[in-house]
Amino acid sequence: MNDAVLSVIGVRKEYAVGSGKTHGTLKALGGIDLNLNRGEILALVGESGSGKSTLAKILVGSLSATAGNVHVDSTPVTTNRDRATSRRIQMVFQDPYSSLNPRITVGGMLAELLKFHRVVPRNQIRAESIRLLNVVGLNEDALTAYPSQFSGGQRQRLAIARALAPRPEILIADEPVSALDVSVQATILELFSQLQRDLGISILFIAHNLSVVQHLSQRIAVMYLGRIVEVAETRELFANPKHPYTRALIDSIPRMSAGAVNDAFEVDGEPPSPINLPSGCRFSPRCKLATPACRSIDPALTAVGPNHAAACIKADQLEPYVFASRTTAATNGTPTTNTPTKEALR
Amino acid sequence: MTGTSLLRVTDLTIGVRRSKTDALILVDKANFEIAPGERFGIVGESGSGKSMTLRAIAGLLPKGVSVLSGTVEYNGRDLLAMPATQRRALMGPQIAMIFQEPMTALNPTMRVGEQIAEGARRRQHLTKTQAHQLAVTMMRRTGIPDAERRARAWPHELSGGLRQRVMIAMALADSPKVLLCDEPTTALDVTVQHQILKLLEQLCEQTGTALVFVTHDLAVVNQTCQRLAVMYAGKLVEQGPVSEVFTLPRHPYTKGLLGSAPDFDQPDRVLIPIPGFPPNLAARPAGCPFQPRCAFATEHCATVEPELEAVAPGRLVACFESARLEKEVA
Repeated sequence: MNDAVLSVIGVRKEYAVGSGKTHGTLKALGGIDLNLNRGEILALVGESGSGKSTLAKILVGSLSATAGNVHVDSTPVTTNRDRATSRRIQMVFQDPYSSLNPRITVGGMLAELLKFHRVVPRNQIRAESIRLLNVVGLNEDALTAYPSQFSGGQRQRLAIARALAPRPEILIADEPVSALDVSVQATILELFSQLQRDLGISILFIAHNLSVVQHLSQRIAVMYLGRIVEVAETRELFANPKHPYTRALIDSIPRMSAGAVNDAFEVDGEPPSPINLPSGCRFSPRCKLATPACRSIDPALTAVGPNHAAACIKADQLEPYVFASRTTAATNGTPTTNTPTKEALR
Repeated sequence: MTGTSLLRVTDLTIGVRRSKTDALILVDKANFEIAPGERFGIVGESGSGKSMTLRAIAGLLPKGVSVLSGTVEYNGRDLLAMPATQRRALMGPQIAMIFQEPMTALNPTMRVGEQIAEGARRRQHLTKTQAHQLAVTMMRRTGIPDAERRARAWPHELSGGLRQRVMIAMALADSPKVLLCDEPTTALDVTVQHQILKLLEQLCEQTGTALVFVTHDLAVVNQTCQRLAVMYAGKLVEQGPVSEVFTLPRHPYTKGLLGSAPDFDQPDRVLIPIPGFPPNLAARPAGCPFQPRCAFATEHCATVEPELEAVAPGRLVACFESARLEKEVA
């Protein structure tokens, strides 16, 4: 149906922890299936420890999966990548303060990559570096400067320029704005939209903040404890979440206008340890809608609508979500109150 | 509000002394007061001086940074002028603080129950058993499941959310009148952040504790505080009730902040970044610190620095063009 540029098929990642009696297996990723379509921005959201960054590392090849495959354009890629393959997937890291080498000038950093990947002939390296800087909104003067001379937002632009140097088809961005101030965040988000629009790059954008990705991505995948629990188009996911965890995430976002907090989906406690996973659905111990069946059946990600999949056996019983500010504009039979009662959910 | 304020900060200037006459100013003449039981938020970006202001109240400024002038009055007594021992005696039973990093703020070599009761035990001369009981009660009130057993846990055995609850239990063990919070939920996940914010609000309501809440997250302030102050480059630029400031900002910086922050309930709104960067504190521009980035700036703004002045009941703004801005927003 869609043209997937990157496919993740059944990827699992496990670590052996402890020894002797305390020996156990930490299941960081428990079978991930995910497609990144050509030219789209797909957001991957989840709380700390949900496995977002582990997946990112597997995708760029800095970590090997315990099982499963990663395909780029239907060709499997392994952890040991040749130059041509590694070029195709590049990464932008969370912290622009620690991800740039402080002892190399910006020009040196870009030239190194351009030479290594033989992107342009040697005599055009300077011109290409300037072009890259312009793409991310910096000018030629930056070439001779060191990373320490730039602010957080500018450093993140440099990190993006570096990721773009090998002319990748796929960009993996691991929380690229969470270390930045609000007023700067918006400019970097705009830059990502621009890259998608002008260069047609496919972007996997990892975040923990739903309101950030709401503005940016076409699709969203929600992760919980090493699993993807819901995938849908952005609008659909927010209007019609089919997993109680997604609902809980939406309901816990601090709001700029009158809050739409819904007690029915409030979660207690914190995610359980990935060493001792609960039986059945991984979210069931924190889920207010959980039934005994939830504690024995481990639900798989199944289609619940067009381009919408969720891993919950009660997915069809969840009411649509109504935006606080759009209550009056709500259509297709959604209730006009923004707090459906607990009864309505059962 | 004069007469009823619990904490009053007057012309507080904080900086790093470089010589007898020269200092790098981090916070410039901050003025605000907090009524008993009030929840007051201070928002600003990194480097705006919000944390320094809070630390000055608690007497926890980092080495080299000091209060250069101004007063911090608690119940009419200047904290900065009183002897260190007297001030020390107020910290804990009257004024308590919780920090951003629950990972580093707890003592790793002490069981959490002991840490919670330590201060109260010394001051109220409790026995070991009474202290333990107090710790367990406080842990229950902060919603820690299985408090009896958890009181004997070491900090490293607890998750981030639980550690933050332990910090809150510790801070509230002596029922303080003021709770200073320095980004208490920034290091936590959203679902846990939601739980902690609700808990803080509930506990403050129950005990009548006033809250001073420092954060960079506007939405968090909207959900927890009644009144807020906005800081920019070490200056308080706007102050007022949260609901009014959010709907009708009177300072161009506040308007810019609101415009650049994603609002979950308005997914179609375009984010408008604030052009430029905050000024280098070592080389402040003349006039208004926001003027180089401001769309409303006039020549006057570049030469004269605006003072925080009342523009409406409860609303204070440091901007010459606030009336023009108001017309545009409305």
